Amino acid sequence: MSIQIIKPGMLDTLQDAGRYGYQQLGINPGGAMDRTAMQMVNLLVGNNRNEPVLEMHFPAAALVFETDTMMALSGADFSAVMNDEEVPTGKPVLVKKDSLLQFKKQNKGARVYLAVQGGFVAEEWLESGSTQLQLKTGGFAGRALRKHDRLFLKTEYSYRFRNNDRAFEAFPWQANSSVFYQEGPLRFVIGNEFGLLDAASQQALLSGCFTIGNDSDRMGYRLSGPALQTSVTGEMISTAVTRGTIQLLPTGQLIVLMAEHQTTGGYPRVGYLVSADLPSLAQKRAGESFCLQVIKMSEAEKLVHRQEMNLRQLQNACNFRLQQYQGH
Amino acid sequence: MSLYNCLADQKIYGVLDLIPAYTSLTLVYDLALLTQKYPGGTVYERMKKLLQDAAANNKTGTHIIPRKVEMPVCYDSSLAPDLLSLAELHQLTVEEVIQLHTAPTYHVYMIGFLPGFAYMGSVDKKIITPRRATPRTKVPAGSVGIAGEQTGIYPLDSPGGWQLIGQTPLELFDTTKEDPCLLQPGDQVQFYPVSLTEFQKLKQV
Repeated sequence: MSIQIIKPGMLDTLQDAGRYGYQQLGINPGGAMDRTAMQMVNLLVGNNRNEPVLEMHFPAAALVFETDTMMALSGADFSAVMNDEEVPTGKPVLVKKDSLLQFKKQNKGARVYLAVQGGFVAEEWLESGSTQLQLKTGGFAGRALRKHDRLFLKTEYSYRFRNNDRAFEAFPWQANSSVFYQEGPLRFVIGNEFGLLDAASQQALLSGCFTIGNDSDRMGYRLSGPALQTSVTGEMISTAVTRGTIQLLPTGQLIVLMAEHQTTGGYPRVGYLVSADLPSLAQKRAGESFCLQVIKMSEAEKLVHRQEMNLRQLQNACNFRLQQYQGH
Repeated sequence: MSLYNCLADQKIYGVLDLIPAYTSLTLVYDLALLTQKYPGGTVYERMKKLLQDAAANNKTGTHIIPRKVEMPVCYDSSLAPDLLSLAELHQLTVEEVIQLHTAPTYHVYMIGFLPGFAYMGSVDKKIITPRRATPRTKVPAGSVGIAGEQTGIYPLDSPGGWQLIGQTPLELFDTTKEDPCLLQPGDQVQFYPVSLTEFQKLKQV
């Protein structure tokens, strides 16, 4: 009842929606970088949407399914192949025992998510199964997966296969993930210290395009672009920061805080990337460029509302289809 | 802090986190959940008003008696790489610095930077010292430092730029405990000096 890691990837960890309620103790929420992909992939296999899933970067792990499994992939497209056949993303897939899943090429996106029906056995810490690497706790032994690790499945199901020669069977429906990702500029709302930027810097931020730096990771995305200047010298009094906070570093460059951000910070907060566009940013890789666009808070909230409606629609559709399948 | 305590007790629907800092209180909420409950108007305005109203009502103050925490600190030179230079900078003896650092009861203003890292203040003005120009790549867990008028303890091994003047044998952060964090915002902390032998003994407990 497990999946074995045959070859580890560069950073394969179990992640869920993160741990909230402890930021006053300096414990960051963590969790999946692309929360939408994490939720979509769970819904596809009929799980609770915040069940821990496997988050993988490229190169990703090679895995052997040691039991018949229903799984799904979402997020990045890393050319997944099961034995030698291409596996689709965004669909429930029945996998036969002893099949090998590998990822061949980084076509699009930065992080792929894998969920199994019923979920993985994950170590919980402070009500979350997310891996906290700094504190070496949660997820799978508080660390990234290594060779020969076995990820156990919570529940065993029996599946009927139509064709005995194939390693897997994909279901005939697919989630439309395009509604969750923004192709154009990423949107932000004005931050508390935006007014401290000089006029030229304000303009540069409002219509600027930026390139994601190589030193970007799960903690934050560093952006290179027009250098911005403020009237503040040194640090300000520390205050809370959150996922999506756009801070101005002393070098004049920006950092967008991501999943493993510190809970407090002293750099000027010039903006906040809207929550609805965080998954789009999380799927961008170092070297990619994007432009920013300022929007009002009310519009930002509408985007989140729409995303939530889309997720619920997906949830209903998935549950209906899975019930149909199980009823047959 | 009293506003934080008051709101934390209320367990407001949709609020994920309340983060107190020196001069601010930040509220993190689940937007997807709250737009459902309150259609029309922005959730942001609603949450802002909730905070403002709570602050106004809290003027009279719900006074919570703060916890007092006594913490041993060893100021032996082997554990205090910046103690001598800091003393020389202020034209004090090492003993005087220790005396000045252990005299006040410090207030925990906030926890941030690392899990369990308490920002405390204020240190005696005779020992106010800026951060090191070049941060260290590794500061051992338990190290007690000074940065400006703040004093703090590194809960984990980490890079850091504070002036290190001692080390506590206590564990500031332990993920296996139900309450993983020794210090909490609002605590009153009193340091007392211990010898290297006592430090080692306490560390083994």
